[in-house]
This record gives sequence, structure tokens and C-alpha cells, in this order.
Amino acid sequence: MKFKFARRSLVGGAALALLAPILVGCGTNTSDTTLTWFINPDGGGSSPTGGGQAQLAAECSAASGGKYTIKIEQLPNEASDQRQQLIRRLAANDSGVDIMSLDPVVVPEFGEAGYLVPVPEKYASNFTEDRVQGSLDASKWKGDLLAAPFWANTQLLWYRKSVAEQAGLDMTQPVTFEQVMKAAQSTNKTIAVQAKRYEGYTVFVNALVAGAGGAIVENEGAAAEDTQLGLDTEAGKQAAETIQKLATSGAVGPAMSSMNETAALNMFSDDSTSGFMLNWPYVYAAMGSTEVPFLNDVAWTTYPRVDADKESAPPFGGIELGVNKASTKQDKAWDAIACITTAEHQKAYMLGTGNPASRKAVFDDPEIQEAFPMADAIRDSLNMAVQRPRTAYYGDLSTAIQRTWSPPDQVNPETTPAESTELIMKVLRGEALL
Amino acid sequence: MSTTSTEPTQAQLSDRARDERRLGWKLAGPAFVIMVLVTFYPILQAVWTSLFNYRLTNPGGREFVFLRNYQIILTDPLWWQAFGATTLITVVTVVVELVLGFFIALAMEKVIRGRGPLRTIVLIPYSIITVVSAFSWFYAFATDTGFIDPLLNKLTFGMFPADFDWFGGFWSAMVPICVSEIWKTTPFMSLLLLAGLTQIDGAMEEAAIVDGATWGERLRRVILPNMKSQIMVALLFRTLDAFRIFDNIFIMTGGSNGTSSLSLVAYNQTISRTEVGLGSAVSVLLFCCVVIIAVVFVKGFRVDLARGRK
Repeated sequence: MKFKFARRSLVGGAALALLAPILVGCGTNTSDTTLTWFINPDGGGSSPTGGGQAQLAAECSAASGGKYTIKIEQLPNEASDQRQQLIRRLAANDSGVDIMSLDPVVVPEFGEAGYLVPVPEKYASNFTEDRVQGSLDASKWKGDLLAAPFWANTQLLWYRKSVAEQAGLDMTQPVTFEQVMKAAQSTNKTIAVQAKRYEGYTVFVNALVAGAGGAIVENEGAAAEDTQLGLDTEAGKQAAETIQKLATSGAVGPAMSSMNETAALNMFSDDSTSGFMLNWPYVYAAMGSTEVPFLNDVAWTTYPRVDADKESAPPFGGIELGVNKASTKQDKAWDAIACITTAEHQKAYMLGTGNPASRKAVFDDPEIQEAFPMADAIRDSLNMAVQRPRTAYYGDLSTAIQRTWSPPDQVNPETTPAESTELIMKVLRGEALL
Repeated sequence: MSTTSTEPTQAQLSDRARDERRLGWKLAGPAFVIMVLVTFYPILQAVWTSLFNYRLTNPGGREFVFLRNYQIILTDPLWWQAFGATTLITVVTVVVELVLGFFIALAMEKVIRGRGPLRTIVLIPYSIITVVSAFSWFYAFATDTGFIDPLLNKLTFGMFPADFDWFGGFWSAMVPICVSEIWKTTPFMSLLLLAGLTQIDGAMEEAAIVDGATWGERLRRVILPNMKSQIMVALLFRTLDAFRIFDNIFIMTGGSNGTSSLSLVAYNQTISRTEVGLGSAVSVLLFCCVVIIAVVFVKGFRVDLARGRK
């Protein structure tokens, strides 16, 4: 009998040992009032007083009077890694994710997969009033409002007043890539762009195609195999021509194929060669903190035109806030988002991290006007900004564009648009590896 | 547990033996079932999934395509490029590790005093997490933070460029990738080889010495033939391991400039693109490659995994 008992307890012990991790895994459920917000890393880090999303979380938790407490989870640095981590959790119906900071390009993908809850009627007007057009476009998918615009980003054309003057370029009027290139060549200065094989290059290619009056994806919302690509068109050709000219003009320098935002900023910060730069607004504060000696000579204007007769198409970025379908606290989550995206909080966030607000009124605030002398230019650019291709297969499409349009000095207007169209379609049909 | 008893009759013994066998199954059974579940279930699931055109973010579009994923992969130049890179890394690292590992094993066997600490020191690289070692080597070879470029520049009196971009081209990127792999897994190789060395009967070597054999002759005629099976086991383990290389490449180049390994291709399809069907097919093909390597070693070179000695 004793032997039997020992055997039984052995089996029991083994079973317990096997089940233990599962039981522990279930034990991490948080209480009913704790909301988990997955944020992209920002200047404020995880500090409740750092001026970032963590501070907004702390302030809104306090303001809710105990209705909810927002807990912060930081996502990885790279946008593609953020997407991967969220997809893994969302696909597994992880109820531990309530609010998510979403890159605009993942809204269609997550929306199509049914991972996002549409914004409830009672919040819709609050989340759409007084917003720049770019962030409204980014928050919708197939007519539904799937996220709340939080902050919005766009690229400007940064330039040296002295260089433009020397080249005789009138910067009060819209300028074209052609003009900027000529100005840089005639003054022996550089144009800093992003053309490394990474997401920023897709941003650039997209802005050029859109600036030439085209669109990389012509039928938004179509199924993968029915996607109509607008690359092998006159606009796509014009975009390829612009890249080819930039790469062979010598105005971008030999390192064009390895330039990301930071490399572009470093190039522009070099007094002897700096002329023009396409970049996000953070560069102004960055140049201030590195004490660039010619900061007084730096000015900004709207993104250049590809075609002299067509409006330019500045890139759009930023963050939208979405709620997980598997969340069990959706009402509280929307309530919290309403608090996070108030004009007051967007202003505090802009001052704290330099990330521009999605509410237009914030740009008129005297404090903002003082801290961001380019605030008006940002707002105007945000209203003109063009989305990256809105498709549920954005990641594949972007990787395929980077692959076929790299390196920039090998881009050929006659062949590159057709080649990239072919690869993208193969990838979308699931017939090629990436 | 002892099975002997003092005065057993035939019937009692067989009863007892049957009992014990049953107990053995009861004890080992659950573990066996769990092992089958955790190893076979995912493999079969992957094989099944690989027959579908299935995207994680589009569950409704799941479609049975039979072997089409395999056809797509095997006709895609990217697969063959990754296959070539993986084979190159495997051959280079395993050969270098075998030579280095053998000398380290010889040294470890000969050293009498401080044997324990020596073996521990040799094992340190192997105990470091691969991602961590990949990052250390990545930073060492990087143009901005690395010490390799300035060091080579100094040693060659300025002939070697001080800002050489190791990760900018295929062949140059292979250097840090292979170096980090060799550095990390040579200890494992030397430990397996040491086990072989210690099993060689000392009398044979002594006899050879008495007969006037030189060190080289003893190595060729006595040591190597007597540890052939251990060498083959070590080679098999390391080849299987090296063929699945992922971390170093993921950290260092992310697969750019044609440095993708097969594991990285599988990762990109499954995790980044969420093309689970296509990704599973890549994984299954990778699994087949590994099985082929194992079969070639076990059957072709007659590696006896069970005995491990001649």
C-alpha cells in the first residue's frame, strides 16, 4: 500500500509540475480597472514625469478618479518590430492588451484582420473634430473609424537661407526637386534624403509617386490578388527619374544608399556642405541640442514638388490609438483615449516630446508657436500630407519596393517601376519569398 | 533499483520482472507521451499548415494549395541564395571549429594541474547566450563603436582602412558572422573531442612511444583512428547546429546583401509577413535538410550514436 501511495503521489507531483507554468500563466490577469497601453517608445520613456505617453497615462489615471488605472508597456524601437509584437498578441486574442499606439500603416492590416474595435458612436465626433486631414485619413479603414488620431508627423524641406539666396532660389514660392537639385549643384552643397534600404525609403518613393500625381496602390481595400498598382505609370516613371537624377547628380553625395534620418541630419549639420534636407520636425530641436553653429541660417518650407504644376505630397507619420477586440475593458479604454487625446494633453505631449499634435488648434497656442517656430508649416504640411499605400499587405509591399528600388543609383525609369510591380504582385499573391 | 533476490524461483522472478516492466512503462510513459506531443505535434502541424496558402491576418482567405508552396520556394532564387550562404557558413565554421577544438581538447587532456578551472574557462563562450555574443561581435566589428577596424589599421600600419564597413557586402559580412559562430561553439566541439581522447587506452600510445613513433605518427596512427566515432559525432552535432544558424545573422545584417540563412528566410515569412503557410513550408524544407545531413552522417559515415566508441 505504501508503495502504491508513493507511486500515486509521484504521478500527482509530475502532473503538478507540468501544470504549474500554465497555472502561473493564468495568474497574471489584472484587475478590472487596470488598462494596459502598449506604447511606442518616445522621449518620455516609462517615466510618469518624462513628458511622454507614460506621463499622459499617469495624469489620465489620476483624473479618472479611480475609474481606471493605465499601465504602460513599451514596444520595441523599430516600427516593424512593434507591428510584429502586436500581431502576435492580437492573433492570440491576448486580452492583456487594451490600448495600442499604432503606426498609420498598420491600421488597414489590423482592421482587415478584425483586431480593432470601431470607435463607438459617442466618441466619434470628439475623435474627429479639429483634426488635421492626414491623421483623419490614417484612422479610417473602409469607411470605419478604427482609431483615434493622437499625434501627427510630416516631413518638411529644411534649407540654408544663405544657400538658397546664393543660388537665386525663391523659397517663398513652391519649389521643385529639379530646382533644389540645380541650386545644390550650382552652390556645391548637398541635399540630404533617406534612401537606405529601409522603411524610410518607401516613405520617400511614395512621396515622389504621389507628388507626380499617382498612387502606389490605386484601389484601396482590394483583396491581395486584385490590387491595382500605380507604379508602372507615368507618375511611377517620373518618381524613378527623380531618384535617378538625385543619385547621379552628385548633390546627395556618395552615401545616398546608406542614408536614414540620422545620417541625413548629420549631413545637413556639416557646415561646409549643408544646403537642403528632407526630414521630420524633430531635427530642429536636435540641431539646437547639438549646437549647430548656423541655426539662425536654417529655414523650412513645404516638401518640394515633383511636377511643377502639381501640389507636393509630403509624407505622413504619427500615431493613432486603437482598442483591441479581445480587450474586456473596451469602454474604459475609449474613455482613457478621450482623456489622452484632449487638446491640453496633445499640447503637453508636443512640448514634452516634440511630436506634433493632430488637433489643429494646438498649433495656434502661443507656447507652441514659441517652442516650434515652424508650427504653421507643419500644420499646413499635415493637411496636404499623403498616406503611404493603404493596404492590409503594407509590410510586404514596402519590403518589395525597398528591394527593387535599391540601390538608388541603379534605379532606371524604364525598368524599375515595371520590375517592382512584378515583384509586388508576386509577393501579394503569395508566390515569392521576401 | 536492484533486481536481484536471494532465492527466487522461476515463476516469481518472471512475475516480478513483468511487474517491473509495467512499472517502468508507467513511470516513463507520461514523459514519453509528452515528448511525442511536444515534438511530433508541432512537426505534423507545420507539415499540414505548409499545404495551405494561409496568412495569419487573413484567416478567411485560407486555401488548400497542396504542394504549391514548395514549388514556389524551390523556384525562388532567394531560397537558393540562402541555401548557398547557409552551406558556406556551415562548412567554414565546422571545419575551423574541428581543427581548433581538437587542439584545445589535446591541451585540456595534457594539462594536469588546474584542469578544472581550465575546462571551465574554455567553456565560458559556450555558456553565453547567442544573441549576447552576436551583439558583442556586432559592436566589435561596427565602424563607429568597434575595435576591430582600428586594431587592424594599427597592425597593418594603416594599410587596412580605419572605417571599413564589414556589414556592407556579402563576403566581408561573412567574416564577423563566422567568427562569432566559431568563437561561441568551439568549446562545445572541444568538449566532445575531449571525451573521445580520454577514452583512448593509454597503453596503446605508450606502446607507440616505445616503438619510436613520432608525435605526428602517433596522432595519425593511434589517436585519430581510435576516436573516429567521437569526431564524427562531434561533426554531426555541430553541422546540424550550424545549419540552423539564425541569431548572429539576425543581429548583424538582418539578412541584407544576400547573407540570409534558411532559418532567417523561414522567420521572415512566418513572423514578419505572417504568411504561415509559406513559412511552414520553408521550415519543413529546412527540417528535411537537417534530416538528410543526419542520415548522410549516420549511414554514410557509420556514426554510431548509441555506442559512441569503437
